[in-house]
Amino acid sequence: MSRSLNKCLIPVLVLSLLLVPFLFDRFYIQFISKILVMIIFASSLNLLVGYTGLVSLGHAAFFGFSGYVLALLSNPDGPSNFFLSLTICIVATGCLGLIIGALVLRTRGIFFIMATLAFGEMLFYLLHDTDFAGGSDGMYLDHRPSFQILDYWQLDLSSVTQFYYVALVMMAISLFLIRTMLSSPYGRVINGIRINEHRTTALGYNTYLFKLVNFTVAAMIASLAGFLAAAQFGVVNPEMVGWHLSGHVLMMVIFGGLGTLLGPILGAASMMFLEEIFQVITKHWQLMTGIVIVGVALFMPRGLAGIRFPSSVDKQTNKENHSS
Amino acid sequence: MSDYTLLIQMMNGVQYGLLLFLIASGLTLIFGIMGVINIAHGSFYMVGAYLAWSLTGLTGGFWSALALGVVLSIILGVILEWIFIRFLYDKNHLQQVLLTYGLILIFSELRSILWGDDVHSVAIPSILEGTFQLTESLSYPFYRLWLSLVCIAIAGLMYFLISHTRLGMMVRAGESNREMTVALGINIGFIYRFVFALGVSLAAFAGMIASPVSSVFPGMGNQVLIVSFVVVVIGGLGSIKGALLAAILVGLLDTFGKVVQFDLLGMNIFPSLSGMSIFLLMAIILIVRPQGIFGASTK
Repeated sequence: MSRSLNKCLIPVLVLSLLLVPFLFDRFYIQFISKILVMIIFASSLNLLVGYTGLVSLGHAAFFGFSGYVLALLSNPDGPSNFFLSLTICIVATGCLGLIIGALVLRTRGIFFIMATLAFGEMLFYLLHDTDFAGGSDGMYLDHRPSFQILDYWQLDLSSVTQFYYVALVMMAISLFLIRTMLSSPYGRVINGIRINEHRTTALGYNTYLFKLVNFTVAAMIASLAGFLAAAQFGVVNPEMVGWHLSGHVLMMVIFGGLGTLLGPILGAASMMFLEEIFQVITKHWQLMTGIVIVGVALFMPRGLAGIRFPSSVDKQTNKENHSS
Repeated sequence: MSDYTLLIQMMNGVQYGLLLFLIASGLTLIFGIMGVINIAHGSFYMVGAYLAWSLTGLTGGFWSALALGVVLSIILGVILEWIFIRFLYDKNHLQQVLLTYGLILIFSELRSILWGDDVHSVAIPSILEGTFQLTESLSYPFYRLWLSLVCIAIAGLMYFLISHTRLGMMVRAGESNREMTVALGINIGFIYRFVFALGVSLAAFAGMIASPVSSVFPGMGNQVLIVSFVVVVIGGLGSIKGALLAAILVGLLDTFGKVVQFDLLGMNIFPSLSGMSIFLLMAIILIVRPQGIFGASTK
């Protein structure tokens, strides 16, 4: 039943997403773009927490690092090339992810949580306490990256509509990438690591290597989100790498539902809508956010996706087992 | 740097470290015995400092504020354990992190509603005003010395409590084998509630006695939380001895990181990198000895 439902639901959803700039005003287009960026970010963390079982409390390091790379690349003379700067951001963050991953993956369980936290905070203090990247104030981008098609048309990311479509395309690409990866033999090894790492090792897989590749890929997808976040408002600050953002996005992933493709989408969207509503109601909106988080932790550990489709996790793993 | 400046910095570092120990020991006990990662622990430090500030105003004295504050923080600990924490014992780390992260937000907003967002200061009690004159220009305040001595006394008391009393024996039994302890007829629920309330009151007490030397401000809990986690990981989760050693190590490193001048490539890198130095130490420890200095084994 849910299969036929999906079949008509997805085209409707895609169509309505494409029509957003025609239906809403500036504020909402910007807000929905922010949600799209957070969906990319949350999905990349879900790759670690939900699919591999690695709880990272320092994932914002990659998000913010990418934003800082973009800010440092920008020069007053004119906009940098969109594709070139995106590539540099992703490659640089990938290298950082590889180095940090190689170190933190030596630890397990709670030590892994703490180690990722430590590296995230290290980057935070490096950016916060030194002057080369603007210190505690952060940096402004002189120009947002852009590209030109012949002489007709030039991308302008300061236009909310154009940014919205760029973010939408990027989100679609990353979700497609994550889905493809996870339904491949590689994804089955990753699943195996989450369920039983010893057994996966016994089957002859070098689980450390698989985890490292996964950690690096997650960092690279997070860097895509960081790139977009920096390009959207043209500013970066140390809070982008801080552990509060890591905690916040972790919460979105759990709120939506761990280990499902839909989870981070539901989690990021509903959490940001809720917070927007709370902010209208009261100045002390974080109190309400806190109560929601505590409620989720106590009463619905499988998140929103777990409520709507009670067996979606099992179904997905089953599907993966049956394919090929 | 003269000998006396060195001495003062060293005493400051040790004093900061001892304060960290009070917070980190609660954190490490709660993890070691109850298996709960409590990332809301920094909030209790913040609550303690704000309690000291508001109760000093209400009762008119620092000492009465301290006494009342300790009682209130124990009550807070018992209530929190009863409402929230007891549901976390059989849950995974992820749910524990999530719930206690929610508590951080709740505490910080309740603080904002109750006490506002302003920065406050607490006066040093009159008996402990004054300083030791070391040289003509250098002196060391009595209050800081008293603070260090109180922390050392509490560390000693905790050692006695855990290793030489019947209650401590039950706590240690609960740590090494929960099922066996329950089978022997010990009320493990009571032990857990006691340990959690002890942790909360230790962190709150640290906040109270720290309030006269550092100002009372909204973000103080988060700052100290991360550093205490570093201490706990370096010392080894669940090890009080490790927490003491690591706390002093971190306190010294942080203090000296701020004052030592170190030039590299014409850039004076040290004061600006002192914030990083403790995380660097933690990263090194995690890589060389992932279970911490006194940690038993990686789980």
